[in-house]
Amino acid sequence: MEKVLLEMKHITKTFPGVKALDDVNLKVTEGEIHALVGENGAGKSTLMNVLSGIYPHGTYQGEVFYQDELCRFHTIKDSESRGIVIIHQELALIPYMTIGENMFLGNERGNSYKINWNETYGRAEELLKTVGLKESPRTLIKDIGVGKQQLAEIAKALAKKARLLILDEPTASLNEAESRALLDLLLHFKEQGLTSILISHKLNEIAYVADKITILRDGGTIETLDKNRDTITEDRIIKGMVGRELSDRFPGRGKRAVGPVRMEVRNWTVCHPLYPERRVVDDVSLTVRRGEVLGISGLMGAGRTELAMSIFGKSYGENVSGRLFLEGKEARLNSVRDAILHKLAYVTEDRKGNGLILKNSIRVNTTLANLRAVSRHGVIDRDKEYGVANQYREKLKIKCPGVDRHAGNLSGGNQQKVLLAKWMFADPDILILDEPTRGIDVGAKYEIYCIINRLAEEGKSVILISSELPEVLGMSDRIYIMNEGRIVGEMAGGEATQEAVMARILSPGQRQPGQKGEQNGKD
Amino acid sequence: MEKTKNTDIVKKYTMVIVLVLVTSFFAWQTGGAILLPMNVSSLISQNAYVFILATGMLLCILTGGNIDLSVGSVVCFVGAIGAVLMVNFQVNMYLAILIMALVGTLIGAWQGFWIAFAQIPPFIVTLAGMLVFRGLSNVVLDGMTVSIKDQETFVNLFGGGANCYIPDFFGNGTLNLTCLLAGFLAVGIFLFLQIRNRRERIKKGYDKDGNGGFVIKLAVVSGAVLAFTWRLSQHKGIPTVLIWVLIVVLIYGYITSNTRVGRYFYAVGGNEKATKLSGINTNRVYFLAYLNMGFLAALAGMVTIARMTSAQPTYGQSYEMDAIGACFIGGASAYGGIGTVPGVIIGAVLMGVINLGMSLMGVDQNMQKVVKGLVLLAAVIFDVVSKRGGKLIAVN
Repeated sequence: MEKVLLEMKHITKTFPGVKALDDVNLKVTEGEIHALVGENGAGKSTLMNVLSGIYPHGTYQGEVFYQDELCRFHTIKDSESRGIVIIHQELALIPYMTIGENMFLGNERGNSYKINWNETYGRAEELLKTVGLKESPRTLIKDIGVGKQQLAEIAKALAKKARLLILDEPTASLNEAESRALLDLLLHFKEQGLTSILISHKLNEIAYVADKITILRDGGTIETLDKNRDTITEDRIIKGMVGRELSDRFPGRGKRAVGPVRMEVRNWTVCHPLYPERRVVDDVSLTVRRGEVLGISGLMGAGRTELAMSIFGKSYGENVSGRLFLEGKEARLNSVRDAILHKLAYVTEDRKGNGLILKNSIRVNTTLANLRAVSRHGVIDRDKEYGVANQYREKLKIKCPGVDRHAGNLSGGNQQKVLLAKWMFADPDILILDEPTRGIDVGAKYEIYCIINRLAEEGKSVILISSELPEVLGMSDRIYIMNEGRIVGEMAGGEATQEAVMARILSPGQRQPGQKGEQNGKD
Repeated sequence: MEKTKNTDIVKKYTMVIVLVLVTSFFAWQTGGAILLPMNVSSLISQNAYVFILATGMLLCILTGGNIDLSVGSVVCFVGAIGAVLMVNFQVNMYLAILIMALVGTLIGAWQGFWIAFAQIPPFIVTLAGMLVFRGLSNVVLDGMTVSIKDQETFVNLFGGGANCYIPDFFGNGTLNLTCLLAGFLAVGIFLFLQIRNRRERIKKGYDKDGNGGFVIKLAVVSGAVLAFTWRLSQHKGIPTVLIWVLIVVLIYGYITSNTRVGRYFYAVGGNEKATKLSGINTNRVYFLAYLNMGFLAALAGMVTIARMTSAQPTYGQSYEMDAIGACFIGGASAYGGIGTVPGVIIGAVLMGVINLGMSLMGVDQNMQKVVKGLVLLAAVIFDVVSKRGGKLIAVN
């Protein structure tokens, strides 16, 4: 009676050095809403990219059956022609085009010599009605809010005659009411026979709409829960998502003396640079102590990077407000230069994009944040610079034939070490490490952890931002948990468990009673 | 391993090899005329402005492939002001030089302000400058030619007229010994510095280059300098304008490779976000690049009117293209962050050789432009494709 629409069998996908998907199976029945859950990096997006042909047939192992047919998609066009449409988390709409133009982009009405605008806008209007968006299709995308943009994106998918709709965190940037409307729309589509795959981190939403839930963890399928068969509880999902053993992947905290408070942030609020009405960091207060590794946990988009960068000389965001105290004195850091002079360092999560200059040498990258220390009267002392670069190369065990090698030729782990070297050479007291082990192998991770421990033992304060729960738990003396721009919990490193932290992240509604007072009262 | 090393060397010195090949080609086609002392000398005096402008342009391009379209017009405008001051207003020559330098720098500051701080795209700002200063040149000159033939000191100082050579102190008339001596001196200093530098590097264990490559490099550079000064000494000696070019090239070569500010230009072009997050004021770097371009355009303006012994509203046309071309041919990256002053010199010489060679062969002016255009395109295609790992068509 149930007809299987899509079946993905034994999908394995490897990237250089990483196995992103390992023998993953997914079965979606016609007319259901199938939720896909898992931590960041569990392989959800990779799986959907395999399905939609972004990773073309041949670059992965395994088989994809769609409508009982073996499919070999080479481009997105191939999968779309079969009615598989994916809506990515970052909306793919062009702000200065109208809703109608966007909906039919790459799928234009009319013939090759002339676009039929009447048909375009006529059809667009019908589709907008089905998704319940009351806007003229001639409105520019930039003039409508994110919620409506999301609806326009769905209308665009319908314009492609979607039979299987894949939504990647569709409610991530929507408010409560908009999210609810979107989910209701999905239920409405379901009645009309449209199948959807929903990727989401919000368990309450999943519980509301999903018929089945497939849990992925570390590139493998853990289990598929069926609403009609299993009792689905948040605990069970969380266990499936995080249930791995904490092995000795961490050097241990050792004995270090955590000293007095070195930095305090009070009521820190930051707005999005493009949408100033959106608060990406909302009333955050925290403290960092001398010789402490402070973990900040949360999912991507929780506002951790934004918090860190806005503290680091307001290098992110609009209307940054709140107070910052360093060693008990209020400090105003209006530029990165200020922040560096106040002995702060921010080691970015995006080492290729805004960390290293890949086409320059290791030496040049190492000294970039503190060129003054290797120069006199504006002239760089090459000898000294070589000395410094070699010193850090040895200290951090950077594997390279020489410090004149381009940073771009190094492996991820070694690039990360160069980035650390750069900021250690800037001689900070407080180091903010943003996802310092992303995309690097286990051995290099361990070395980075050792470096973090050494820094803390030297009396530096390390703020460790990470999406990897075991990492935060294994390294931190104290942990803050962030979600949707707010701090939703604080735990001592020894007491926190993966389940407890994940539960706090996934159930933002249940905030710890009296948590706020606790925080302020502490120091 | 050894093989990749060889291709690396070829890649690094591609333009030098191309220069040798192109020169040989013209030497063959012109029956050796291009290597005659007189022609070697005029290669310098005709192209002095390219060296000066290309050095400034390199700094702009380093910041991210940004170009300055206004330099030709600024050259003309500054020249016009200088000529009018000296001729019509009888202003003292040195004061006039100072004013010209100041005007150029102010123009640079004006454009730099809009580009760096208001973040208007450089293409737009300098396109506007190109129109504005071309127009203003016409206004200043009233559409006429102002002759500066009588300003002999000025003309000689900046390498124009018949007498624009460093006087020969020991000369016997046929061979300019001063020039030859200067050549030997230059080679001596060069060898001394290079060898000392390498010794130190080896002592501290930084150097990984082979001995062979080092010796070949020294031999080639020394040989080229000696041959060049030998040819010059057979003509009339060192053109004064060569001194200006040398000063510019040496100073900016030093700045770009040895100073903090120089490092910033590469950093901004290499990765602007990373540079900003390293506490460097990137806006100021952009400003400096264009400020400096204005200053060097003023110097090129002086050289240009001296060579022409007059100022005209049409001077300096397409100079910006010569400068940009020299940079890209000389290995500067169209995306910024890569390029050196020595590379730019090679690029400028190559352009000069192509110009001169084709003129000597009697190739039509218009065809010369076609060839230059194709050379520029080929150089950038080579740069981009080789960085992509040899794939001509980018993956969509």
